[in-house]
Amino acid sequence: MCLAIPGQVLEIVDEPNRLARVDVAGVKRNVSVALLDDDDGGVGPGDWVLIHVGFAISKVDEDEAAATLKLLEEMGTEYEQELDELKGSAIE
Amino acid sequence: MKFVEEFRDAELGAALAAQILSLLEPDRHYKLMEICGGHTHAIYRYGIDDLLPDEVEMVHGPGCPVCVIPMGRVDDGIAIAGHEGTILACFGDMMRVPGSERTLLEAKAAGADVRVVYSPLDALRIARENPDREVVFFAIGFETTAPSTALTMMRARDEALANFSCFCNHVAIVPPLQALLALPDLSLDGFVGPGHVATVVGARPFDFIPAEHGKPFVVSGFEPLDILQAIEMLLRQLAEGRREVENQYRRVVPAEGNPVALKAMGEVFELRESFEWRGLGEIPRSAFKLTAAFAAHDAELRYELPGRSVADPEACQCGEVLKGAIKPWECKVFGTACTPEHAIGTCMVSPEGACAAYYNYGRFAREGTPA
Amino acid sequence: MRSEERVLEIIETARGKRPRFKDELVTMAHGAGGKASQTLIEGLLVPAFGSAALAELGDAGAVEVEGTGLAITTDSFVVRPIRFPGGSIGELAVNGTVNDLAVSGARPLALTVSLVLEEGLAAEELRAEVEAIAAAAEAAGVEIVSGDTKVVERGHCDSMYVCTTGLGRIDERASLGTGSIRPRDKVLVSGPVGAHGTAIMLARDELGLDAEIASDTRPLLPAVESMLDAAGPSLRCLRDATRGGVASALNELARASGVCVEVSEGAVPVQAEVAAAAELLGIDPMYIANEGVLVAFVAPDGAEAALAALRAAPGCEAAAEIGVVKEEPPGMVLVETGFGGRRVMDLLAGDPLPRIC
Repeated sequence: MCLAIPGQVLEIVDEPNRLARVDVAGVKRNVSVALLDDDDGGVGPGDWVLIHVGFAISKVDEDEAAATLKLLEEMGTEYEQELDELKGSAIE
Repeated sequence: MKFVEEFRDAELGAALAAQILSLLEPDRHYKLMEICGGHTHAIYRYGIDDLLPDEVEMVHGPGCPVCVIPMGRVDDGIAIAGHEGTILACFGDMMRVPGSERTLLEAKAAGADVRVVYSPLDALRIARENPDREVVFFAIGFETTAPSTALTMMRARDEALANFSCFCNHVAIVPPLQALLALPDLSLDGFVGPGHVATVVGARPFDFIPAEHGKPFVVSGFEPLDILQAIEMLLRQLAEGRREVENQYRRVVPAEGNPVALKAMGEVFELRESFEWRGLGEIPRSAFKLTAAFAAHDAELRYELPGRSVADPEACQCGEVLKGAIKPWECKVFGTACTPEHAIGTCMVSPEGACAAYYNYGRFAREGTPA
Repeated sequence: MRSEERVLEIIETARGKRPRFKDELVTMAHGAGGKASQTLIEGLLVPAFGSAALAELGDAGAVEVEGTGLAITTDSFVVRPIRFPGGSIGELAVNGTVNDLAVSGARPLALTVSLVLEEGLAAEELRAEVEAIAAAAEAAGVEIVSGDTKVVERGHCDSMYVCTTGLGRIDERASLGTGSIRPRDKVLVSGPVGAHGTAIMLARDELGLDAEIASDTRPLLPAVESMLDAAGPSLRCLRDATRGGVASALNELARASGVCVEVSEGAVPVQAEVAAAAELLGIDPMYIANEGVLVAFVAPDGAEAALAALRAAPGCEAAAEIGVVKEEPPGMVLVETGFGGRRVMDLLAGDPLPRIC
């Protein structure tokens, strides 16, 4: 239930059956993108999707991914600063 | 691998761990449940429990769709595979699950045609390529996987693939959580929520947990940074006196879920009146079966199944593990009579079973938590 | 209620005992190089055949003839399809046995080849494999001195099975064996892991994955020769990491020598496509079969020289130091995960199977 991996859509290979060729770090597979056929028209080449049992079950929102990482990186920077301060104070 | 490796960064993990430490109230012990077996697996596989302070205890939940399948249903699957001329297609996860007498792997060794597939569509392909054989797909999974099966069934119907049917063991995520929360001795402080189920059902179905039970709930991704961040968000809610559903996995989980997927499920499946769950007993309206429109592709109608309710062996304490009542190592047969190679219960053979995760990854004496 | 430590103790004691073979049927798990294989070998075969050399469970058996140390090894090759990106069954058959001799510290002297052919096998295919065997033997510098051929009816083997037996002379420059492994020894791997098994899985075309992944089959003689030359006395033990992957090889060695092997996950080389395919299927590359990768246990002062020597050998440019030997917990392999925590890396029960959970 939980094994899903992000991949990038290369092209739609079977339009009626909504099959797309998807690439995951050089490994390619045909994946159904029918579950993502919404009012906006569904996924297309270049889109990132989450793949589970040969189906794309969600789009990967690149902006949200970047935002999450940025938040974590900010937390990381604060942590580094605190560590440095700690080290700095220990010298005395 | 993009969108994967960035979320495995060890330095950011250390920062999150420090953040978690700063949120702890003095002299307080926290019990957080990770519902999904995939989270249990990841926690042990990445050694996340090493990075958490002793005051934060992770309790393993029932979100393992393989673990909760009762033995009787496994026997039914094996019975189907035992039919002359039938090909049973299933996910690798099911191969080692013990029925009352044997596993699917053993049934295969004894001559049954059992094939591991990666996708239900692969099972469909096997049916097309073998028109003179009956092909049955052993469907398992929560709402994460059910829409994929649903689309596959619609294809089978549209192509009038008469030799293809599905043995449906899909289950829903909310009913076992309700059952769990109704248990008297449960004393959990918060929940790490199933991120991939949520891509389909959204975050809203979990609102009842903070609203009716006063516990924070964070929908979480499956990379180690996701899980740590979800734990941090839970502890932050507790520290700030908030109780709500939050979404850590925003890059993938839409708050309202996937209407297309839900619609497909609605067309192909309906809820069974009741379904037996290993460890939790009968839970009403907790599992899916094919609707009448798909009767021609329903393995339960096409095959004569034993359909017995088989009690777990006496020694098996899977039920208590699934409820988080005991830790894997507290089970009396853990590691001795029950091992991954000769398992008594599902928790030890499912790839995301808590016992398997602990045995395969966590089973060593730690020298003490790192500072 | 027993404490967690006590439970872990009981488990390790139980695992330390010789396994008993109690299965009723042979299943695919028995051939996977994991726990089921271990139970079959240690619980049935070793007790039945009873020799001290066999009980060593090395990649080759030691035999002494009038003061000369010889090594002898045998292997059967069953693979479907028989031709795949990067090689074919003929190549595997020679390299596999040559490698078992090499990692036992033996210079190959002679090879025998047994062929079991399926009725209906095209002569063209047979010819291709025979040529592959000849070419691989020449490349490895070993002569084929004897052989056998059988034919079975259609459907009774996958095109062809090949069995090779190799005889070698133990090289004086190192005394290799699990008994030589000591705490603080370094663990090296000769190249990226998991390529062969992944190439085969993809070549079977049942999982629908396409990638530029080729089998890593190669003779490891040059690599071993190079290490013997540069760091012979520091070499403790070598092992060919085949079915069951590097994880299984390390587990076998940890168990046989009673030490703990601690692996640094981030240091293990793996081709990006292999990692991605494994990720998609939910399999760990450490458990996927190799056919041209070895692990080396080296004394700390010889590790740098050994690694440099490995990297100079063909196909081993990506060799890396991946771990260290510790005293405790004995018989276990632990991994320092890329994320900073630690976990166990045990033998699998059987084949790594694609999963969805």
